[in-house]
Amino acid sequence: MTHWLKRFYFLLIGLFLSLPLIVVAGVSVNAKQTLAFPPQGFSLSWYGEIFANPEWRSALIASVVLATTSAALAVLIALPLSWFLWRRIAPWANIFQVLGIAPFTLPPVITALGLLTFWATTGFYGQPWTAVIGHAIFFVTLPLVTLSLGFSAIDRSFVEAAATMGANDRTIFRTVVLPLILPYLVSGYAFAFVLSLNEYIVAYMTVGFTLETLPIKIFNALRYGYTPTMASVTILFVFTAAVIFSLVAKFGDLPKLLGAMASDES
Amino acid sequence: MKREPPQSIADYGPLFFPAGMLLIFFVVPFGTMIAVSFFQRQEGGFYTPAFVFSNYERFLTAFFGGVLGFSLMLAVTVAICCVVLALPFTYLLSRLTRRLQVIWLVALLSVLSLSEVIIGFAWSTLLSRTAGLSNLLVKIGLLEQPVALFPSFGAVPTGMVYQALPYTILVLYPAIVRLDPTLMEAARTLGSSPIRAFFNVLVPALRNTIMATLIMVFIFALGSYLLPQILGRPQHWTLSVLITDQAIYQSNMPFAAAMAVFLVLVTLGLVALTLLIGRKGEKA
Repeated sequence: MTHWLKRFYFLLIGLFLSLPLIVVAGVSVNAKQTLAFPPQGFSLSWYGEIFANPEWRSALIASVVLATTSAALAVLIALPLSWFLWRRIAPWANIFQVLGIAPFTLPPVITALGLLTFWATTGFYGQPWTAVIGHAIFFVTLPLVTLSLGFSAIDRSFVEAAATMGANDRTIFRTVVLPLILPYLVSGYAFAFVLSLNEYIVAYMTVGFTLETLPIKIFNALRYGYTPTMASVTILFVFTAAVIFSLVAKFGDLPKLLGAMASDES
Repeated sequence: MKREPPQSIADYGPLFFPAGMLLIFFVVPFGTMIAVSFFQRQEGGFYTPAFVFSNYERFLTAFFGGVLGFSLMLAVTVAICCVVLALPFTYLLSRLTRRLQVIWLVALLSVLSLSEVIIGFAWSTLLSRTAGLSNLLVKIGLLEQPVALFPSFGAVPTGMVYQALPYTILVLYPAIVRLDPTLMEAARTLGSSPIRAFFNVLVPALRNTIMATLIMVFIFALGSYLLPQILGRPQHWTLSVLITDQAIYQSNMPFAAAMAVFLVLVTLGLVALTLLIGRKGEKA
């Protein structure tokens, strides 16, 4: 009985999470420009539209460029910081860890508004690169968390052995620490990349009137006329996220990355 | 090489770039926002430096009180629904084989990373007249003809639960995985049914985690700014929506900033509460 109940519960949650996406997937293959479900006819042309239509294509390019660069910048901020916190005893420096986690913990509209007032005051409001910095700060939490996990998993005796044999900090970092930390670095980048791709409010408040990312484009389309392209973009996004997280799971330890360390290792 | 305090300026080297970035692009903007919240608004969307409390005084209106009350009520509802749904699910998930767990985790992360715009669009399609659930109900014979189920009050928390549920599960997951499995085994050996063991052993053992998760999901839900706009009517707008609206469409930055500062204070109060609960949990 309970076994059956368990399956039913999994099915229920699975259905709740997938139902909107199933309907959207159905809508995305409509033959004509209609949001009907079940779809009338079958066509993949709305997927082609993402790349063929200049407006959707430029939004796609803007989103990908933004996500690639901002995730890289987030990692560049997180890596030296977590290395320093691991390498040195400097309790006051933990304040920067807190600062790195704060933007992600607070409601997003706060970071967005802070950046909007800041860019407006400094006169850079609307410049595309301001969104890169905005996203890097907003998502620096993710590489910061994965990297702190990674550093805490490094056996300090490796590093001591290297130091005893005369390696300096730079050599130790390059030859011992970096290879051990790499999976965490990559997953931190992946998390920041996927979330940046989907982010709306920070991008909208900083560059909303000069640059159209895909989420902004979808929101505008929601207001000024639905098209099945919105559905195909949605499915493309879900698919991209699923592929990236599957890769993270394949090459890293996903349960461990999500904080579920076995109790016998610490 | 032991962990040691920094000796020279060069030892601080790795800290320069991250500290600089966080200070310039997070702390300074935050300070700017607080400053602007005291500024005087001018006609035409500009504001001049001043030190006035008029932006905060606007909180005292009945309209604002209503929006605040509604936002808090909505976030509480969403948090409770999410934890009630997620708790048994996460427990069952932690008992699955590793392979199945990873598959579920990938699915949950994929949904979690979805843009609010996309979630809003997906639910508005699901609840629409042409493509939605009501067509299904017509086919079964429960409805005469398809109807649009949004915008409505029910659609807003539904979409928000959808958005926050994966988050809730992933917050609960580490605590539940680390839970000592012998606890449940002992209860089962002593003759308790799985459901009774869940409520009488697991839930009390996780009391602090559950409280902390409720608060975290509450904060998460408080940040929802698009779903109330897409799925609800203007009377279902939350504080986050109002902040965006004032900043972008009404061009009243000082008032938007004042509301944001207020939202930060509410959030920080709750985070402090979470930490307090966490500390108590460690002691126990």
